[in-house]
Amino acid sequence: MAQLSLFSTIHWTVSALTRRVRERLESDEILQDVWVEGEISNFKRHSSGHLYFTLKDANAQLRCVMWRTDAIRMRFGLQDGMSVETHGRVSVYEVGGQYQLYADQIRPVGEGALYQEFLRLKASLEAEGLFDPARKRPIPELPHKIGIVTSPTGAALRDMLNTLRRRLPLAEVMIAPSPVQGVEAPPALVSALRALNRQKPDVILLARGGGSIEDLWAFNDERVVRAVTASEAPVISGVGHETDFTLCDFAADLRAPTPTAAAELATPISIQDIASNLSTLDARLTTLTFNLLSSHQTSLSALIARLQFASPRRRVQSERQRVDDLSRRALTGLTHLVQLQSTHVKGMQSRLESLSPLAVLARGYAVVTRKDDASVVSRVAQASDKMKVRVSDGEFEVRKI
Amino acid sequence: MAKSSAKKAEKPVEELRYEEALSELENIVAALEGEQNSLEEAMRLFERGQALVARCGALLEAAELKVKQLAGEEAIPFEEISE
Repeated sequence: MAQLSLFSTIHWTVSALTRRVRERLESDEILQDVWVEGEISNFKRHSSGHLYFTLKDANAQLRCVMWRTDAIRMRFGLQDGMSVETHGRVSVYEVGGQYQLYADQIRPVGEGALYQEFLRLKASLEAEGLFDPARKRPIPELPHKIGIVTSPTGAALRDMLNTLRRRLPLAEVMIAPSPVQGVEAPPALVSALRALNRQKPDVILLARGGGSIEDLWAFNDERVVRAVTASEAPVISGVGHETDFTLCDFAADLRAPTPTAAAELATPISIQDIASNLSTLDARLTTLTFNLLSSHQTSLSALIARLQFASPRRRVQSERQRVDDLSRRALTGLTHLVQLQSTHVKGMQSRLESLSPLAVLARGYAVVTRKDDASVVSRVAQASDKMKVRVSDGEFEVRKI
Repeated sequence: MAKSSAKKAEKPVEELRYEEALSELENIVAALEGEQNSLEEAMRLFERGQALVARCGALLEAAELKVKQLAGEEAIPFEEISE
């Protein structure tokens, strides 16, 4: 029997068998997306940056590897003895003939349960509309009174005050101190927010420096979240680091990645902006007034010119000139008339001269007149005894025979 | 409209807070840009504007963050704890 069975068995190579095991594991969907809880041992960080360790519990061990690309996203260091929850997929390292967990996320034990609670509360508050973007109030551009809710001793407060001092020393800051972690933190944060709102600040900064998820947990407390949405003044949250999101961040009117960033967002206009705006306004004021004055000056000059044009003095001058002109024309006319007349007279004189009987007498004619009545004798019948004969140079008497 | 209301509400510049002084200055510049002012009114606005510029400049120069702390309902001076 043993012989027969030996001959009938299919011959596998190690490679083929290992590949088959790997394929079996990889086709199991559950094994490709698992969270495993256990204690770390044999932790090693290779110079390549990949992490190698074993997860174990009382009865078993699981070899794990985390590649460098996932390892650099870790927010805390691993060490032997640490209880963790590890997420990844199960497969086979064929060269070593080992099945192992290829981890991509590791978190301390307990964080998973907190995260589930976080998600549940977030969904319920979201459904209630507390995170509705329409609820968000605008942040004032130039706050006069800035409220701060945070721990009075933390670095977060110092960072915020330094930022505010640098950006907007014109403002007034009102601090409502409160513990920011531990069981007493949520009610203290709620009453700090309420007390601060009675001071009527323009904006409130709700802040806390970085810490573990548990340290930041007060900012996921439902009472605190509700106090943020109930705040009269708009709230800027700045809790933890850039990667941390708390429910207060969702409820706040504006979420800042850090306390310092919250102080910056609360002062969108800095004192430097105000100073430069002031000098712009100053320049505009001067230019506008100068322009206005010079335009008035121009209109005034134009008026003066028109006034001078319309002045009676100018009219008097023009009248005077007109009189001069007229008198000159009159004189010219008169002279002309006189010349004309004198030419006429001369003409008349020469005509007169040409008609004179003396000129005829000079040619040898004579005029005979009667002595008694001095009438001209032009017919024989008119002749009398005594007559006078006038020739060119005198006269003499003649007698009718 | 802006002119008459500004005239009525006009406070001595020394009593103005920086936001008030700045916003009045902005209004004055806008008035000089926009409306046809009489020369007398324009000169009055200019003088007021210059006083406001001086007031704002002095406020900016002297600005120092005032920090108070709530103790119950009372605001008390805040003593910064240095580490």
